[in-house]
Amino acid sequence: MPKRIITSIQAIGHRVIDSIWRLGRAARFFALVLLKSTTSFLRFSLVIREIYFVGVLSLIIILVSGLFVGMVLGLQGYETLQKYGSESAVGTLVALSLVRELGPVMAALLFASRAGSAITAEIGLMKATEQLSAMAMMAVDPVARVVAPRFWAGVISMPLLAALFSVLGVFGGYLVTVIFIGVDEGSFWSSMQNAVDFRYDIVNGVIKSCFFGVAVTAIAVFEGFDAPPTAEGVSGATTRTVVTSALAILGLDFVLTSFMFRGVD
Amino acid sequence: MPRTIIDFWVGLFVIAGIGALLILGLKVGNLTSYNTGESYTLTGNFENIGGLKIRAPVKSSGVVVGRVTDIQFSLETYDALVTMAINTHYRFPKDTFASILTSGLLGEQYIGLSPGGDDEMLAEGDKIMKTNSAMVLEEMIGRFLFDKAAED
Repeated sequence: MPKRIITSIQAIGHRVIDSIWRLGRAARFFALVLLKSTTSFLRFSLVIREIYFVGVLSLIIILVSGLFVGMVLGLQGYETLQKYGSESAVGTLVALSLVRELGPVMAALLFASRAGSAITAEIGLMKATEQLSAMAMMAVDPVARVVAPRFWAGVISMPLLAALFSVLGVFGGYLVTVIFIGVDEGSFWSSMQNAVDFRYDIVNGVIKSCFFGVAVTAIAVFEGFDAPPTAEGVSGATTRTVVTSALAILGLDFVLTSFMFRGVD
Repeated sequence: MPRTIIDFWVGLFVIAGIGALLILGLKVGNLTSYNTGESYTLTGNFENIGGLKIRAPVKSSGVVVGRVTDIQFSLETYDALVTMAINTHYRFPKDTFASILTSGLLGEQYIGLSPGGDDEMLAEGDKIMKTNSAMVLEEMIGRFLFDKAAED
C-alpha cells in the first residue's frame, strides 16, 4: 500500500515537472523565433506567401461567420430592446459588442481552428518526414526559413481579419434590423457613432486582436515544431493547438478586458 | 501557384483589412466628429454634475458643438469644475447659460448651452458664470413630497 501511494505521488510530480519543462521549451522557442525573424523581413516574399495561406484562405469563413453573428446580434438585440421601446439603440449594441469583444475573440477562435491547426500539421509533417532535418543539413535554419515567416504572417493577418469580421458583423446587423425589420436607418447609425469611441473601443479591439494573433500563431508553430515525428504525434499536436489556443484566447481576453475596460475613466 | 497571383490576393486582403479599419473608424466610430478643426476651452462651475462624464457632448439647440474634456472637484468653491472644448466655428455670448441635461428619460447626460444676448463673446479659457445643475431624481421627488406636505 505505501508503495502504491509513493508511485502515485511520483506520477503527479512527473506530470508537473514535464509540463513546466514543456512551458520552458515553449518560451525558449518563442524567443528563438523572434531572434531569427530578420530573414523574414529581409525576404518578405516568404511572409507574403504565408499570409496567402493563413490570411486570404481564412477570409471566407471569417466573412460568412461575421455576417451571421451580426445578423443574430441584430435580431436578438431588437427582440429585447423593443420591449423597452429603445430599438434605435440596437446599432449601439451590435457595434459595441462586435468591436470590443466578438470581433477579436470570434475571429481569433476561427483563425485558430482554420489556420493554426494547418500551421501545426504542416510543420509537424515536415518534421515527421525529416524535411526540417534535411534543411538543417543544408545549413538552412528551419526556424528562420519555415517557422518565423508563418509566425509573422499570422501576426499580420489577425488584426485585419478581426476588423473585417467586425465590419461584416455591423453590416449583418444593419441588414436585419434596418432592411428587414425596419428600424430607422438614421438613428441606427447615429446612436452607434455616438457610443463607439475610436480610441477607447476600436483601437482597444485592434490591440486585443494583435495579442490573440501572437498567442495563436506562437502556440501553433511551437506545437508543430515540438510534435513527436509520427502520424499519431502530428494529429495529437494539431488537436492541442486548437484546444490550447482557444483557452489562451479566452483567458487572455479576460486579462486584456480587465486592463482596458475597467469602468472608470 | 505563380508568385504574381499570390501577391495579388495578399495585396487585396491587406487593402480590404485596412479598409475595414477605416470603415470602423469613420462609419461605426466617432472619428469624424472628433477634432474637426480647432477648439477653444471654456470652464464652468456646477453645483452637481449628476452622471456627466468626460467626453460627453456639449450641445446647443441639439447640435453638438464640443465635448467635455475634464471634470474636477474645486476646493475653492466646493463644487464641480467642468472643462469643455468648443469648436472654434461656434462662438457664444458672455451671458450664455450652461445646464446639464439628459437625453431622453434614461439617456446619457450632456451640457446644453443656451446663448444669451451679450455683445461680447466668450473666448479661450473663459468661465461660464450662469450654470444649472443636473436634475437629480431623488431631490426632485423630495421637493415634490415637501411641497405636497406644505399644501395640506
